[in-house]
Amino acid sequence: MAAADGLQFPEFADAASLLAANPDATTISIEEPADGTKSQRGRQQEPGREEDDELLGTDDSDKTELLAGQKKSAPFWTFEYYQTFFDVDTYQVLDRIKGSVFPVPGRNFVRLYIRSNPDLYGPFWICTTLVFAIAVSGNLSNFFIHLGKPTYHYVPEFRKVSIAATTIFAYAWLVPLALWGFLMWRNSKVMNIVSYSFLEIVCVYGYSLFVYIPTAILWIIPQKVVRWVLVMFSLCLSGSVLVMTFWPAVRDDNRRIALATVGAIILLHALLSVGCLAYFFDAPEVDFSAPIVPAHNGTTLIKAQ
Amino acid sequence: MAAAEGGGAGAAAGPLFAGLADVSISEDIPVEGEISVPVGSHSPDEDYSTLDEPVKDTIMRDLKAVGKKFVHVMYPKKSSALLRDWDLWGPLVLCVSLALMLQGGSADSKEDGGPQFAEVFVIIWFGAVVITLNSKLLGGTISFFQSLCVLGYCVLPLTVAMLVCRLVLLAGSGTVSFIVRLIVVMAMFGWSTLASTAFLADSQPPNRKALVVYPIFLFYFVISWMILTFTPQ
Repeated sequence: MAAADGLQFPEFADAASLLAANPDATTISIEEPADGTKSQRGRQQEPGREEDDELLGTDDSDKTELLAGQKKSAPFWTFEYYQTFFDVDTYQVLDRIKGSVFPVPGRNFVRLYIRSNPDLYGPFWICTTLVFAIAVSGNLSNFFIHLGKPTYHYVPEFRKVSIAATTIFAYAWLVPLALWGFLMWRNSKVMNIVSYSFLEIVCVYGYSLFVYIPTAILWIIPQKVVRWVLVMFSLCLSGSVLVMTFWPAVRDDNRRIALATVGAIILLHALLSVGCLAYFFDAPEVDFSAPIVPAHNGTTLIKAQ
Repeated sequence: MAAAEGGGAGAAAGPLFAGLADVSISEDIPVEGEISVPVGSHSPDEDYSTLDEPVKDTIMRDLKAVGKKFVHVMYPKKSSALLRDWDLWGPLVLCVSLALMLQGGSADSKEDGGPQFAEVFVIIWFGAVVITLNSKLLGGTISFFQSLCVLGYCVLPLTVAMLVCRLVLLAGSGTVSFIVRLIVVMAMFGWSTLASTAFLADSQPPNRKALVVYPIFLFYFVISWMILTFTPQ
């Protein structure tokens, strides 16, 4: 610290020059958290504080924490109110999608990625993409399965798009509503440490559905084993995101209620996945129309149709 | 005159308005302006309202505007003519013709056929409205109808693709025709997406461009899918 000369106030003119005199001092810089400042802070701080910075995450964490109290102040009938739900940048959306596909064990999706900034962009467009992915993939898969048959006439099956849309949007909005209502009710009885707002629950459910998009495309492969392996795999990934989010919210409750809640979440998720597979994708048929005929070079041929 | 008034007021009011005695308006500054109120239209030749022109002129003006926009879509230079004067005639014509061409006569069959006329209409208009709302909510500066106008006009390449597909299907519906149709539809889909992105991308905040372009991509993909899977009964 600069020495005070009697009652004269010391001039803190240059932080760099002060630190040159005292390199181990802990510095706090109150500038805007821009990129250059952060790297400057990183160099001047003690090595122990870098861990805290990593836990805090990205650069805008300070801004987000400060702004969290100022959000959503517009009345709900103005356009600006709804603009607050779309206050995300491209990299934030991509980060959230990445977090839902690669869930880190022990990290809460809401705390790590949403951070008081739930958005409606991700849930809405992921649901829309999933609707069209399931409808298109189902149509393609049925086309390939029934391709050789003489009685088959290709139809685009456009009705199924509206059925898929109803199912997926109902799941993505009604289940979070029910879950939120249930958690609020339990919160009034048992004091929980963790509680989520309705939009954060919608956000988690929306982003957790992302992994079903590549799954639906891969379901075109007309093999039963492949399809069920995909079901299990995607259910594990998205189910684990949901479980890791909601387990801290119910674990302080009665043991059986907590387990029943988490079980119901996983069961509904599995029902969605299996139901979509069963309804939109015809079962791949394998007919053994000819007995096993040994070929000339010794391999056996199974005639499948 | 003002100085005399100021002096008179100053003498009457005492030291209260003493400073006003020094205020004077110079008579050198001319007072300008017209204070006559115009009554009615005083020059009937200037107000040539569009009610008086021949009907052909009115229609041709709008048709020319629509045609100019079609040309702009097919050759998307970075011009803002589409954005400045929006109109929805072109999108309406394109939407109706696309929906009509997608009718394969499946009204008689009981199977799940292609999309109905109303379904195509709703998908195009509702989809365009949703994309416009999305871009405005993300902070875009484009107006609602301008965005609808651009998205509607950029359906033109896909309508051309539909026309080509129907002609190819008249020749036959084998694998070769499918490959030709696939190539044509994919090319037109790329053209539509690039054209609309060229017009719309500039009005978005720079770090959210991909968030706005993706729904446009999805919209034209769905329309392309409907065109590609069209099978006449």
